[in-house]
Amino acid sequence: MELKTDGYRLDRTLETHAEAEGLRGEIHGRHPMDDLLRTDRLPHIWCPGCGLGTALTCFLSALLRSGLDLDKVAVVSGIGCTGRVAGYVRLDSFHTTHGRAIPFATGLKLGNPELKVVVFSGDGDLVTIGGNHFIHAARRNMDMTVICVNNFNYGMTGGQAGATTPVGGITTTSPYGNYEYPFSISALAAASGAVYVARWTVLHARRLERSIVEALLKPGFSLVEVIAPCPTGFGRRNRLRQGLDAMHYYHEHGVIQHGADPVKTDIELEGPVIEGKFVDGEKPTFLEQYRRQLDRLRGA
Amino acid sequence: MSPASRNGVLSGEFFMLGDIACAEGAICAGCRFFAGYPITPATEVAQRMSERLPLVGGIYIQMEDEMASMNAVLGASWAGVKAMTATSGPGFSLMMENLGLGVMMETPCVLVNVQRGGPSTGLPTLVGQGDMMQARWGSHGDYAIIALSPSSPQELFDLTIHAFNLSETYRAPVLVMTDAEVGHMTEKVVIPPVEEIEVIGRRKPTVPPEEYLPYRVEPGELVPPMAVAGEGYRIHTTGLTHDERGYPATADDTAQWPLVQRLVDKIEKNKDKIIMLEEDGLDDAEVAVVSYGIAARTAIWPVQMARQEGIRVGMLRLVTVWPFPDEEIRDLAGRVEGIVVPEINLGQIVREVERCAAGRTEVLSVPHPGGGIHDPQAVLRAIRRAAGRKAEA
Amino acid sequence: MERLEIRLSGFGGQGIVRSGEIIGKAAVLYDGRYATFTQSYGPESRGGAAAAQVAIANDPVELSYPHVIDPSILVVMSQGAYNKYVPGFRRDGLLIVDESLVELDEAADGVEVLGIPATRIAEELGRRIVANVVMLGFLAAVTDIVSPEALRKAVLDSVPKGTEELNARAFEVGFEYGEGVKRETSYDT
Ligand SMILES: Cc1ncc(C[n+]2csc(CCOP(=O)(O)OP(=O)(O)O)c2C)c(N)n1
Ligand code: SF4
Repeated sequence: MELKTDGYRLDRTLETHAEAEGLRGEIHGRHPMDDLLRTDRLPHIWCPGCGLGTALTCFLSALLRSGLDLDKVAVVSGIGCTGRVAGYVRLDSFHTTHGRAIPFATGLKLGNPELKVVVFSGDGDLVTIGGNHFIHAARRNMDMTVICVNNFNYGMTGGQAGATTPVGGITTTSPYGNYEYPFSISALAAASGAVYVARWTVLHARRLERSIVEALLKPGFSLVEVIAPCPTGFGRRNRLRQGLDAMHYYHEHGVIQHGADPVKTDIELEGPVIEGKFVDGEKPTFLEQYRRQLDRLRGA
Repeated sequence: MSPASRNGVLSGEFFMLGDIACAEGAICAGCRFFAGYPITPATEVAQRMSERLPLVGGIYIQMEDEMASMNAVLGASWAGVKAMTATSGPGFSLMMENLGLGVMMETPCVLVNVQRGGPSTGLPTLVGQGDMMQARWGSHGDYAIIALSPSSPQELFDLTIHAFNLSETYRAPVLVMTDAEVGHMTEKVVIPPVEEIEVIGRRKPTVPPEEYLPYRVEPGELVPPMAVAGEGYRIHTTGLTHDERGYPATADDTAQWPLVQRLVDKIEKNKDKIIMLEEDGLDDAEVAVVSYGIAARTAIWPVQMARQEGIRVGMLRLVTVWPFPDEEIRDLAGRVEGIVVPEINLGQIVREVERCAAGRTEVLSVPHPGGGIHDPQAVLRAIRRAAGRKAEA
Repeated sequence: MERLEIRLSGFGGQGIVRSGEIIGKAAVLYDGRYATFTQSYGPESRGGAAAAQVAIANDPVELSYPHVIDPSILVVMSQGAYNKYVPGFRRDGLLIVDESLVELDEAADGVEVLGIPATRIAEELGRRIVANVVMLGFLAAVTDIVSPEALRKAVLDSVPKGTEELNARAFEVGFEYGEGVKRETSYDT
C-alpha cells in the first residue's frame, strides 16, 4: 500500500468526534464531571463491578475540591487497567510505559515546577515492575502525588499474580495459591520516606476523596493507596465474584486506624484491611532541597 | 573556567575532554535538564552537567537507573525543557524501551552513547562501536532514528548542539553515538560566541486548544507542532498507537498505517536535510574508505600512506550514520573498484554498505572487536587489497 | 610524521594525569599548536600505576591517530612505571626520571637519561604533591616539547586557587634545576 502524503491524516477526526460527543450528550445528558473527562473517549474499557470508576470519580472530585489550577495539573499513568486513567481525564495527561510513570513524572515536574503532577496507576505497575522508581521517588521526597490502585493482581493482562497478591491468592499464574510474600504498598512508601501515606478501600469514597485532597495539597511525595475490586481478575477466583461482594468484604473487614504503624498494614487473604491516614509529616521536598542548595551556591 | 555568558555559554578556546565538550554543547543548545546514571566512559558528561546546570537555571538529577533516566528526560521534554541523558552500552540497553516511547510520543530529546567494548559489561574503559545497529533497531517495532557520530571532542561539541536542533526540528529523540576514545580524549575545543551558535526551538501550535490535534500534520508536512504540559492545551499522549488526538486507536490498523509511516517518513523523506557526510579525495578514487567516528579518524593515516604508494583512495566519513546515506553509497559503489569499511565492531555498518553497493563493487570489512583502535597497517592492507594490489608479506 | 610524543608515568596521586593535561594545554592554548591528550583509565589507573600520553603537532591531521605509539620522551616517577615502560622505550629517546623514587638499571642502557629529585625538592618546598610541577619545570628546561612560557602559564591556570604561588615556585625550582643539568651535560660532552 502506497501512502499519499495526505495518508498521514486520519481525516476529520476532530469533526467526527465533536459529532459523536454531541450525540452522546443528547443520549446521556451531561454530567457535572464531564468537564474533567474526555467524554469523547467514553465508554471506558473497565469491567462492570470494577473499582476503577469509583477511584477515578474520587480523584476528580478531590481535584475540584483542591482548588488547583486545572491547566497546571498533569496526570501520568503507566500501563494497566488503572493506567488508562490518563486517557480519560481532560487534563495534560501522559500514558507512558509499564512501570515508568514515576520517572516520567519526575522529569515533567522538574521540567516545570509549576505543575502539580499526579501519578495514577496500578499496583503491578507502580510497585512490581516500577518498584525501584517508587521507592526512589519517595526517598527523594519528589514533589508528586501517587494514587496507586491496588487490586492484588494484574488486571489488564488477565489476572496474574504480582508483588501485592496475598499469600494463598489464586490468580492465573498462581493457580494453586500464591506462596510469595507480598508488599504492603503503604508500608513501602512510608519506609522509603513518603511524607503522606493513606489507604482507603473504594467503599470509603468520601474518606478516600478527602485523603486525595490532602495528598494533592501536600508538598513532597504523597501516596494514596486505593484498595479496589477487580472482579474479573482477582475477585472471581478468590470468592469475591461480583464487585459488590468485594464491597461487602470491605465493609466487614475494613478497620479504620489512623496513624497505624505502616509496618503492620499487611493485607492477608480474608484478613482485616487496615485503612486510614498512616503518615502525615513534614520534610523539605526535592525541589526545596534543590533551591536551598542554589541559595547556598549563590551566597558563596 | 572563564565566566559564562548570561545564557551559560562558555565561549572561548579550551583544551577539553570530549565528554565535557559534549556537556558544554548541550548547554549551548539550551539543554536545561539532565537525568542520568553513572557509567564509564560517559560519567564525565553527567559530572559536568551536575556542576553546570544549577549555575544556568537547569536541573541535574541522578536517577535510580537508565530506564528512569530516559523517562525523566521524556517527561522534562514534555514540560517544555530541552533534555538529555548520556550513557554507555549497558545503560543504552536499558534505555531502549523508552527510546521507543520517545519515538512514539514524538518527543525531542538527546541521548548520548559513549560506546565501549561489549557485549554485556564488556570493556568498561575501552572503546567500541558495537552499538551501531542497536542504535538503529534497538527498540522494538518499526521506526526511524537519527544518529550522529563525532570523531573528536570538537565535533562531539558541535554535534551535540546539532542533535538538539535535529530533535526539535523532527520532534524525535536523536542519538549521539560517540565512543570511549573521543569521550575520553582531550583536545582543542573552540566554543563560539553565543550569537554564532545556531539554536533551533520547538514549533508550537498556533491554534487555540479546542482546535488543536496534537498529532495532526498539515498537508505536505510530516512533523506536528507540539504543545506541552501546563499550556492549557490539555493534551493527551500515549505509547499506544494513537489517532490525531493522541487517543489510543488499537482496534485495527486504521491509525497504525498513517502513524508509523509518518514516524518513519519524517526522517527518511528528509534525508537530504539530515544527512551530513565528509568527503575527501573521492573524485578520481579507485578505492573508497567509508567509516565513521573514531574509526574514520584513524583511517586517515592509512589513506595517506596508500596515496603515497600510488593508490587513488578517497574517504567518505559518515557524520550522520542514521538515516543511512543509501544513495551516496550506491553512487560511490558504481564509481570505485572497492570500498573498505573499518569500524570497531565485527561488521555492522559494512552490512549497510554492502546492501547499497548491491554487488557493484567489492566491499571489504576491517573489523575490530573493541578495546582498541585499528592498527593503521590493517586498514592499509585492506586498501591495497581493494585496489587489487598484492598484499605485502 | 611531524608529531612529537611524550609519555608521563608514575603512580596514582602524583598528578601524572594532570601533568599530561597541562602539557597539552600549553601546546594548544599558549603555543598555538595541536595536541591530543589521552590517559589510562580503569583498573590500570586505580591506586597503582598512572600514565598520561600527549601527542603534539602543527597540523591536526598528524593527530588523526590519537594514541602515543612510540614516544621520544618518557617521564618516569615511580619504580613500577620504570619497570613497565623503560624496557620497551626507544634507545634514541630521552628518559627523564625522578631520582628520589627511581633507581636505574640495565633496562636504561643506551638511553639518554636526565634526572631530578623532584619529590625531594617538592618536600623541601613543603608539599610533596607539587613534585609533578617541579618535574614540569624541569621538562620546560631540558626539552622543547612546549615553550617554557606556555608551560608556565598552563601550570598556573590549571592549579587550584590559592596554590598558585607554591606551584609557581615549584615550577621555577624545577626549571632552574633543569638549566643547571643542561649546563652540566654540555660540559660533559
Ligand atoms: C514491559 C512490559 N511488560 C509487560 C507488559 C504487559 N502488561 C500490561 S499491563 C500489566 C499489568 C498491570 O497490572 P497493574 O499495574 O496491577 O494494573 P491493573 O491492570 O491491575 O489495573 C502487564 C504485565 C507491558 N505492557 N510492558
Ligand atoms: S480486569 Fe479488573 S481491573 Fe481491569 S477493568 Fe476489569 S475489573 Fe477492572
